[in-house]
Amino acid sequence: MIKDDDKTRTSRRRFLAGATGLTAGLAAAGVTGVAQANDKNLPPNVADWSKSLGDGVAVRPYGHPSKFEKNVIRRDVQWLTASRESSVSFTPLHDLDGIITPNGLCFERHHGGIAEVDPHDYRLMIHGLVERPLIFTLEDLKRLPRVNKIYFLECAANSGMEWRGAQLNGCQYTHGMIHCVQYTGVPLKLLLEQAGVKPNGKWLLVEGGDASGLDRSLPLEKALDDCMIAYRMNGEMLRPEQGYPARLVVPGWQGNMWIKWIRRIKVGDQPWYTREETSKYTDLMPSGKARKFTFEMDAKSVITSPSPQAPLTRKGFTVISGLAWTGRGKVKRVDVSLDGGRNWRTAKIDGPVLDKACVRFYAEIEWNGEPLLLQSRAMDETGYVQPTKDALRKIRGVNSIYHNNGIQTWALKANGEVENVEVG
Amino acid sequence: MSKSVKLAAIILLALSAPAWAQSKKTDKPRLYGIGQPATPEQIAGWNIDVRPDGQGAPPGHGSVKEGEKIFLERCAACHGEFGESAGRWPQLAEGKGTLTSDNPVKTVGSYFPYLSSVVDYVRRAMPFGDAQSLTNDELYAVVAFVLNLNDLVDDKFVLSKETWNKVKMPNANGFYDDDRLKTEKAFWNAKPCMKDCRPPVKITMHAAVIDVTPEDTTKGAPAKDKAPKKGSVD
Repeated sequence: MIKDDDKTRTSRRRFLAGATGLTAGLAAAGVTGVAQANDKNLPPNVADWSKSLGDGVAVRPYGHPSKFEKNVIRRDVQWLTASRESSVSFTPLHDLDGIITPNGLCFERHHGGIAEVDPHDYRLMIHGLVERPLIFTLEDLKRLPRVNKIYFLECAANSGMEWRGAQLNGCQYTHGMIHCVQYTGVPLKLLLEQAGVKPNGKWLLVEGGDASGLDRSLPLEKALDDCMIAYRMNGEMLRPEQGYPARLVVPGWQGNMWIKWIRRIKVGDQPWYTREETSKYTDLMPSGKARKFTFEMDAKSVITSPSPQAPLTRKGFTVISGLAWTGRGKVKRVDVSLDGGRNWRTAKIDGPVLDKACVRFYAEIEWNGEPLLLQSRAMDETGYVQPTKDALRKIRGVNSIYHNNGIQTWALKANGEVENVEVG
Repeated sequence: MSKSVKLAAIILLALSAPAWAQSKKTDKPRLYGIGQPATPEQIAGWNIDVRPDGQGAPPGHGSVKEGEKIFLERCAACHGEFGESAGRWPQLAEGKGTLTSDNPVKTVGSYFPYLSSVVDYVRRAMPFGDAQSLTNDELYAVVAFVLNLNDLVDDKFVLSKETWNKVKMPNANGFYDDDRLKTEKAFWNAKPCMKDCRPPVKITMHAAVIDVTPEDTTKGAPAKDKAPKKGSVD
């Protein structure tokens, strides 16, 4: 099925023969296509926008996407949580390409709503087992040497609703608790050096300035390795939803630790065992005991198009597109299967392959309209291979909520629709 | 521009150039002189974390009885009068013996390993929407009442730094460090199968059958609330 010349010719003939059937499929999929075009804008006619003047400069002082892209938005699943202030919205992965998530589409996870922090009144306190307890203003942080790093941020509960089987029909919902942006900020190591960590300092308490005061314990070793206090994402200041004016970046580790609106770092000699690392973000195993401090995000991937919210609209040449990532370094390879994991082909990775960042993969196929079971499988530089959901369940059962990195299956139907399914 | 003027300009530039901040490779970290000392008073106002060993536990005390009154006024609307939860808000009591069942109920009594995890959380985040409004005495009282709902302390119990160690949390030994590198070692595989890796597969479950995915709400229509809703984000 993966592109090859003989099959290309075969499928093209079949496509021409079955054109009527495809039109019906298109209608069923409810997709925008040729049918919605307005003849008066099409050649030989000249479109309105080619004749009259449009908005001038600075009419849109902060640019927004085209009005025709208004469906490309974060969405939530209201039955999941009791209130929107302590809830999650999902990145529309099916509508995006490349590896960078636009700032306004980065998924949100709040525990006490969005804190609206006045940058003049922002303070970051570093204290505890340090020589010099310090307070930094935002201006202070911006004066210090800075670095630019692209990292993915994945909520540990991403795909957590799928442990018992296929449930939510769209990769926005099954995999949308991830985003990948470029951060600008100060290495946490540099800030800790200013305060001078005492020899018995081993752990940090990192705490948010929102109404949940979310606090987590972070091993000092990780803090000194690659963590940073970021104040910019994709060049501009952090969005309020992402912790404006400053957040913690913990590359490759679960999103809950990436404290937004960060107000305090306390150095201690042992972990705090806060609610967020005991009652939550611990992984309950079939034994009744739970794993704790499961910081690293395992390698994972998902086909973002086609997917339930991004059905196929025509037969013939098709680019399967997806995202892959790993918390343990770099993605090494991504394989794609069209038959539910029976046979695999290595996909093409296009764009940068960076440490603890998303990569974009593509697989080109000639789709002749036959039903397919699409899967992707990520491998990272440590040799870890993304497992099947059943392989995960065998070890972890179905009640661990977090770290569901199992292989996703999309059923592509003859009419171009795609459905979230489980296979066996 | 004549050659001499150009040259003069270059010399002038060189003379007025600021000193480059040198980042020399030394063992000693560079101190930038940026940031102000945090005073003990400033630290005290924000230093609210509490550890399992009681470090950080504030002065004060509160009884189960006092806690009941506060809980009914300020907590029960979400958590239920007996900590049973109203709707999807966290359940605080019961759940003993459910951790190996098909539907584990994680509460203060059934799951939390440490008293401090409760005290630290309530102190910083509760009541929801009115964070850090409880006095230390009220904090201890509310936590004492929640412990009592879980049958972990009797009706006359008074919680304070002094009685801290009397509370035994049933699931204190219910956690172990991340062992994925060991127990999931099989997932590391240099040569994953590429051909005929399994028998032909069948679809065993469809998301569309459950039908809990929200409708497209871009046109402003509220998402339909459908059953059966399994799962959680935390």
